[in-house]
Amino acid sequence: MEYLNLAIKAIFVENILLAFFLGMCSFLACSKKVDTAIGLGFAVIFVLTITVPANWAIHHFLLAPGALAWVHSSFATLDLSFLNFICFIATIASMVQLVEMILDKFFPKLYHALGIFLPLITVNCAILGGSLFMVEREYTALESTVYGFSSGIGWLLAIAAMAAIRKKLRYSHLPDGLKGLGITMIMTGLMAMAFMCFSGINL
Amino acid sequence: MASAAKKLIMDPFSDNNPITVQVLGICSALAVTVKVDTAIVMTLALTSVLTLSNLIISLLRNVIPSGIRMIVEMAVIASLVIIADQLLRAYLFDISKQLSVFVGLIITNCIVMGRAEAFALQNPPKDSLLDGLGNGLGYGIILIAVASIREFLGFGSWLGFKALPENYMGNGLVLLAPGAFIILGLLIWGQRTISKYVEE
Repeated sequence: MEYLNLAIKAIFVENILLAFFLGMCSFLACSKKVDTAIGLGFAVIFVLTITVPANWAIHHFLLAPGALAWVHSSFATLDLSFLNFICFIATIASMVQLVEMILDKFFPKLYHALGIFLPLITVNCAILGGSLFMVEREYTALESTVYGFSSGIGWLLAIAAMAAIRKKLRYSHLPDGLKGLGITMIMTGLMAMAFMCFSGINL
Repeated sequence: MASAAKKLIMDPFSDNNPITVQVLGICSALAVTVKVDTAIVMTLALTSVLTLSNLIISLLRNVIPSGIRMIVEMAVIASLVIIADQLLRAYLFDISKQLSVFVGLIITNCIVMGRAEAFALQNPPKDSLLDGLGNGLGYGIILIAVASIREFLGFGSWLGFKALPENYMGNGLVLLAPGAFIILGLLIWGQRTISKYVEE
């Protein structure tokens, strides 16, 4: 039950895009077409579900203060957590590479559908952000898996909705300066406002 | 100052602003702008990381094999961000707590990666340094503008000083996520109307 609560919280109440502004760059760049938006959304879910638990393991067994005690008792006071950033980004980059190779070998159709988006995910801040939040909120292994998966779903929801809205926006008459980025930001603001309704839910 | 160097620094302020025109680095522009002081610290952190990463990558540009250039760039940027994060924790602990994960997210801030790819890999160190500085400050100007509006309307103060009478209630909406999106959207509109930039 608590995992379901965590999932609902990550998808709706604390949507990673609309409440924490993570992954805005690819959100703005790839929300012009519904197909690409959904493709990218699924790629994000996929990578988040793998990297958050993977980084949890790295943080928990190697980098956290005293984590190396299992190697030798003299390491018990060692604190390597300043290496978090560089290790996380390396894990993410190599995981993305690995996922790319596996998909290419076993699911060539999905691989071609995702195309350029897979490598781009490495620099999507939602992915690194997921791992950093996992450390800050001290999730357990299972919690971080659930958190990774459901924040990916939240991101997919937001980008799919925005792609659908932008499709309609193309036929509207706007002032020149507001075209493109300007109106997209304002629409995102209105969407974020709509998502704030969920914060009334008591979990 | 030579006109080419001046152009490198001044261009990102308006005509080629990293946030409003190039659409890079939006995430942090929204997240750290509840108060002006966090925005200033974030600007300083990003500008120093960006300037140094541009300089280092430009110095290395002839020895980096193009196949692994992304990984090299990532390693340079991540190391600089770790240094920035440790310095913030040592000297400005309170603000570093408020910035939370967003200092770490400078690694994936598209401005840093984007300028490294688009400029530092092709240009000599001096120009890259100026380009990094200009883009960092261009980013900062938008960040501080958004933060000023949000702090003024949200708390009735600026940089912690009371700017409005005591009985000003404070507008909660501008402090939340939707307010940030809408204020940035309006700023982009204004900036693009002045610089006459139209997106197709």
